[in-house]
Amino acid sequence: MSLIRSTAAELAAKIHGGEVSAVEVAQAHLDRISSVDKGINAFLHVDTEGALAAAKQVDDDVAAGRPVASPLAGVPLALKDVLVAEGMPTTCGSKILEGWHSPYDATVTRRLREAGVVILGKTNMDEFAMGSSTENSAYGPTHNPWDLDRIPGGSGGGSSAALAAFEAPLAIGTDTGGSIRQPGAVTGTVGVKPTYGSVSRYGLVAFSSSLDQAGPCARTVLDAALLHEVIAGYDDRDSTSINAPVPPVVAAAREGASGDLSGVRVGVVTQFSGEGYQPGVLASFEAAVEQLRQLGAEVVQVSCPSFDYALPAYYLIAPSEASSNLARFDAMRYGLRVGDDGSHGAEEVMSLTREAGFGAEVKRRIMIGTYALSSGYYDAYYGSAQKVRTLISRDFDAAFATVDVLVSPTTPTTAFKIGERSGDPMAMYKADLCTIPSNLAGNAAMNVPSGLSADDGLPVGLQIMAPPLQDHRMYRVAAAYEVARDAAQGGPLIQRVPQLEGI
Amino acid sequence: MPSISRDEVAHLARLARLAVTDDELDLFAGQLDVILQSVSAVGDIATADIPPTSHAVPLTNVFREDVVRPSLGQAKTLAGAPAAEDGRFRVPRILGEEA
Repeated sequence: MSLIRSTAAELAAKIHGGEVSAVEVAQAHLDRISSVDKGINAFLHVDTEGALAAAKQVDDDVAAGRPVASPLAGVPLALKDVLVAEGMPTTCGSKILEGWHSPYDATVTRRLREAGVVILGKTNMDEFAMGSSTENSAYGPTHNPWDLDRIPGGSGGGSSAALAAFEAPLAIGTDTGGSIRQPGAVTGTVGVKPTYGSVSRYGLVAFSSSLDQAGPCARTVLDAALLHEVIAGYDDRDSTSINAPVPPVVAAAREGASGDLSGVRVGVVTQFSGEGYQPGVLASFEAAVEQLRQLGAEVVQVSCPSFDYALPAYYLIAPSEASSNLARFDAMRYGLRVGDDGSHGAEEVMSLTREAGFGAEVKRRIMIGTYALSSGYYDAYYGSAQKVRTLISRDFDAAFATVDVLVSPTTPTTAFKIGERSGDPMAMYKADLCTIPSNLAGNAAMNVPSGLSADDGLPVGLQIMAPPLQDHRMYRVAAAYEVARDAAQGGPLIQRVPQLEGI
Repeated sequence: MPSISRDEVAHLARLARLAVTDDELDLFAGQLDVILQSVSAVGDIATADIPPTSHAVPLTNVFREDVVRPSLGQAKTLAGAPAAEDGRFRVPRILGEEA
């Protein structure tokens, strides 16, 4: 197996065993990025020098016989451009932050560095994480490695595409309404939204603070678990950080890989099927559920009626929080400034800058949020959305009283064509139909690939949801399913991505 | 069903400090109307007896030790500023905007 096609766990074993150097591994991935990223556009910035220096540090430890910094020391990673990192630009996919360098590291970034993980660069995303296709990036769309005319999901399409194009074995995403899981589904990769509060938001440029959560992205369940344990944990710099032990997700992934799910109760969410769901997606989902049954799981149907209102509640809560969070882009302390020619006052400069620096989707959401929070409309919109949030949590509580995990398709369709939904915001929003409830309730949820759709040969994702701080439950189920899927489908799905050489 | 006029969108843009163009107003007015009609469905099930949830994990009174930590310092803080002068942020005039 070539270095770029290896899993993170395999690479770590080879590096720590002295079989291959971390510098060679980093260089192989940098070379891959040079040869294919022109056609993918997964990376907004590649930090060649920083990556090689971080890799050399790990090689020095190995050569000196010192213990390596973590089980992932020396493994390369692609960082979503919404997490700040010193020495690299942070743009959030926006013109308003073009060329801006953070003066400090996000906690996630710091934890990665301390673990000896080699950060290759920053990945493309929908502007300020608002979108489901990465088409809202000010730096051009990212292309899906399975079909370059199609979207890689969003907002973390750069991270998912980097994994599927074998440009990196690990990536970090952030998930506010599905931005880790939906890109995972449409690229055939694994993506996890941990329990809200388990990964620090310090240094994560805020979109919707009560929903934003960073998480691991990888090509296998075990790799995601290994990365999860590197980035998760209490942080006193995030007042919503949970002060509790990180769930044992690596042990759960290893246990699951033994392929036995006896005694596990799996609930199928009845709301997530029917109209609007692509037949090939539903067929793949049903086959996955059957596989879980064969692994020994007991499968029951579970109704969560308020989930039908999750999408409207989300598109009030997220824009409301965004309109407040993005007020910080005022052209005064950092970022773009337009019209500062002596003839315009501060407010005019602010308005001209925000007009020039923000894209259409960001402006739409700021205005929706401004509307939903304005007096006279607050109760009908924002207030009602917060009540729906309560109902969704109650549905989850009732479901988890009878089942260990819930499952659904991750997103209703396979990857759509670039441009297909960009003029129709509501059609775009529906990509997040199945992922949003777990953001509103704060519980853990993940995508694991379930195969290719019979309609169009594109990847389909299985979503597994677990109660808050029970992240390990879904890792166990996902790992067991992954083994069974590979056995049934004749090998890992990801190895079937079309060759990209020479694009 | 609510609906939102072009003038209301222009008002929102002013409140949000967005100097939108006339073309954008035409586009956004239609789109915001569709989006707001769709999301108003939350009113269907949000009855008076349901308490609101503002946060997935309710935490109150989160404190940490009051320990002095080094701050970024002037040079690093100003490094990303659009304009700086005499070791400070330089900003456009803020008075004379009553219009």
